[in-house]
Amino acid sequence: MAVEKKAIPMREQSAQERIKNFNEVPLGYNENEALQEAARCMQCPKKPCVEGCPVHIDIPAFIKALKEKNFQKAIDIVHDSDSLPCITGRVCPQEEQCQAVCVMKKLGEPISIGRLERFLADRDLDRRIKNNAGSRPSSAARGLKVAVVGSGPAGLTCAAELAKKGYDVTVFEGYHKLGGVLVYGIPEFRLPKAIVAAEIDLLQELGVRFVTNALIGRALTIEDLFKEGFKAIFVGSGAGLPNFMGIPGENLIGVYSANEFLTRVNLMKAYTFPEVDTPVKRGKFVAVVGGGNVAMDSARTALRLGAEKVYLIYRRSEKEMPAREEEIIRAREEGIDFRLLTNPLRYIGDEKGFIKQVECIKMELGEPDASGRRSPVPLKGSEFILDIDEAIVAIGNTPNPIIARTTAGLKIKRKGEIEADDDGKTSLPGVFAGGDAVTGAATVITAMGAGRKAAAAIDAYVKQKA
Amino acid sequence: MFRILDTYTLGPKMHYMLMEAPLIARKARAGQFVIVRVREQGERIPLTIADYDRQQGTVTLVFQEVGKTTCMLGAMKKGDVLLDLLGPQGNPTEIEKFGHVAVVGGGIGVAPVYPLARALKEAGNKVTAIIGYRSKEHVFWEDKMKAASDNLIIATNDGSYGRKGFVTDMLKELMAGAEAINVVFAIGPAVMMKAVCDMTRQANLKTIVSLNSLMVCGMGMCGACRVTVAGKTKFTCMDGPDFDGHQVDFPELMKRLESYKCEECACQSAG
Repeated sequence: MAVEKKAIPMREQSAQERIKNFNEVPLGYNENEALQEAARCMQCPKKPCVEGCPVHIDIPAFIKALKEKNFQKAIDIVHDSDSLPCITGRVCPQEEQCQAVCVMKKLGEPISIGRLERFLADRDLDRRIKNNAGSRPSSAARGLKVAVVGSGPAGLTCAAELAKKGYDVTVFEGYHKLGGVLVYGIPEFRLPKAIVAAEIDLLQELGVRFVTNALIGRALTIEDLFKEGFKAIFVGSGAGLPNFMGIPGENLIGVYSANEFLTRVNLMKAYTFPEVDTPVKRGKFVAVVGGGNVAMDSARTALRLGAEKVYLIYRRSEKEMPAREEEIIRAREEGIDFRLLTNPLRYIGDEKGFIKQVECIKMELGEPDASGRRSPVPLKGSEFILDIDEAIVAIGNTPNPIIARTTAGLKIKRKGEIEADDDGKTSLPGVFAGGDAVTGAATVITAMGAGRKAAAAIDAYVKQKA
Repeated sequence: MFRILDTYTLGPKMHYMLMEAPLIARKARAGQFVIVRVREQGERIPLTIADYDRQQGTVTLVFQEVGKTTCMLGAMKKGDVLLDLLGPQGNPTEIEKFGHVAVVGGGIGVAPVYPLARALKEAGNKVTAIIGYRSKEHVFWEDKMKAASDNLIIATNDGSYGRKGFVTDMLKELMAGAEAINVVFAIGPAVMMKAVCDMTRQANLKTIVSLNSLMVCGMGMCGACRVTVAGKTKFTCMDGPDFDGHQVDFPELMKRLESYKCEECACQSAG
C-alpha cells in the first residue's frame, strides 16, 4: 500500500468568519478523519517522536490503538504520560517536538500527532462528562499531604501525578479562578475555557482539592504550609511582572503589557463589557510589540475586539520569531500587518495622557548574539511614525516574585527564577519548583514536563522521609 | 465566599464593612490592601485594609462609592457575601521609631491612616494626625484617630467642622511650629498627596505616600498598577503601595487613574 504523503487537514473557521468571534479556530478531527490520519503512521521501530515529546508519550502505541478503534486504550496510553491532553493537543508546538522528528517528514508531511491527541482527548472528555454529569468528587481522607502552589500547567500536572500516587493534594491559586496561564493568558479561540474547566473537574474527581484566593507568600507562606502539615511543596507560581523596553511613553493610557491586556480579556471577559464590569480599551489602530505566541495572541485578540488595523512590530525577521508557525500563519490570514525588522523608539501621547502614535526605527540583522539568533541593529535615519490608539507590549516577563521575596533560604537566580535541578529540587528541603517560575517564559508542555518530574521527585522525597 | 458581618454608612456615599476573613486577618498589617470581587461578572478592585482583628478573624474595609463595583458594595447588607477577597496584598508600611511623625489623611484616606497611626504610636513615635474632610457630614473615625494619635487636627474644606482649610494648610502650620517633624505619611486622593509632597519637598521633609493605582491582578503579574518613581517604572502591588512621595510622578498617576473614565460612564448609564 502506498503511503499517503499528505496529512489529513483539520477543518477550521475561515479567517473572515473567525475575526468576528472568540470561538476556537481549528475544529478538530472527526472519527473518520482521525482514522485516516492514524493510518498514515508507519509504526516505525525507532519511535523518534517519543523522544521528541517533552513528557514522552508512547505515541506509536496510542496511534496503533486508535487505528484499531480501541479509543479507550489509546487515551489511557496518552494519560499515562500526559494529564491534560485536551490542552496539549491544542497548544503544544508539535511541529518543533514530536512532529519535527517524525520519520514521515522525510517522505512528505509528518503525522498530525497533536490533532490525533486532541481527537482522543476531546472524545474521552465528552464521554466522561456524560457519564459523570452531576457527580461530585470524593474527598475522602487520603495519604500524606502535599501542597501545590499555582494552578497553571505545571501545578495541575504535578497535582494529577501525585493524586494518582495516592497523595492528599491541595492546590493553592492566587486568582479567583483556576487554570493559571491557561485561563488568563491563552485566548478562548486557541484554548476554550470550558475545556480547561473540564480537565480541572477531572482532577477534583481524582481527589485533588483546590483553594482559590490563596496567594502563597502573602496570606500563607511556604513556612506556614509546612506548619500546616504538608510534607512537600511544589511551586509552580508561573509568570510575574511584565517586561517593558524602558522607552518614553510606556505608561501612557492605552499602552498595555500583554499580561494585562490578555488578563482583562480572557480571565475577566472584558470583551463582553459592559455585561461584565472589567473594561478594556478597544483600539482601532493597535500596535503589538513582540514576536512570540503571546504577541500573536494579543494581535489576534485586538482584531476580534474590533480593531481596523493591527500592526505586529518585531525587531528581527520572521525566521527568528519564537511564535508557533501555525499561529504566525493564522495571524497573517486574519490580516495582521507584520512590521518586521522594526523596533519602537517611543510612544507619543496627547495632553490627557492617551497614546496617539508610536515612533519606530527600521532594523537590520547583524552578528549572531548569545542566543544564536542574529541580533538586530538600528538603521540610522529610518525613523517613521505610525498613528495608533493602543499598544500592547509582548516582550516577556520575569518569574513571579512573591515566593522569592517571602521565602527565606530559597535560592533565586539573577532574573528572579527559582533555582531548581532537573527534578525540580530547590535549595530548601521539601520545596520543589517547575514551570515558568524556574525557566522564565516557556511553553505549556515544558511546564507540564517539569510538574511531572517534580511529582516523581516529591514521591521519592516523602517516601524516604517517612 | 466571604461574609459581611456588619456594614453601615459613614457619610455621603461612604461605607464601613466588617468582613469575615480569618486568613487575611492573621497576617494583615498597616499599609496592606485586599482585592475584592463582588460577583461573577465582577471586576477586581483594590481596597485598603482599614483595620483588622486577629482574634475575631475580621478585616475592616472603608470605601467610597466612585465606580460600579464600589456602588454595588455600598448596596450590600449585613449577611451578604463577597465572591472573592484576596489579601493581605502589598508590602506593609515600614514602621520604625522616627520620633515626631505627622500622619495626614484626606477623606476616605483617613481609614488606612488609622492603623498606620496606631502602629506608629505603638512603636514609640509621637504622632500628630491631620485629617481633612470635605465638610462635617463626611467626618468619620474622629474617636479612633484621637486614640491612635498624640495630637489630632481636624479640618474641613468649608469649615463646617474643626478648622477651616485643607490638610496642607494644617501641615504648613505644623511645619512652621516649634517641634520638628521627622517624617510625614500622607494617604488620600492623589491630588492631596501631590500637594503634601510639593510642600514637604521644599522643606526636605521625608514623606511616604500610599498609592491608589488601578489594578487588575494585585499580585505582581499584570502590570496595570505601574507608576513612575524616581524616573523608573515601579509596580504598586509588588514594590508598594508605599513610596517616597518626593520621587512619585503624580501627574502621570492622576492621568492613569482616569484611564477608564469614558468606559465607566458608558457602563453606569447602561445600568
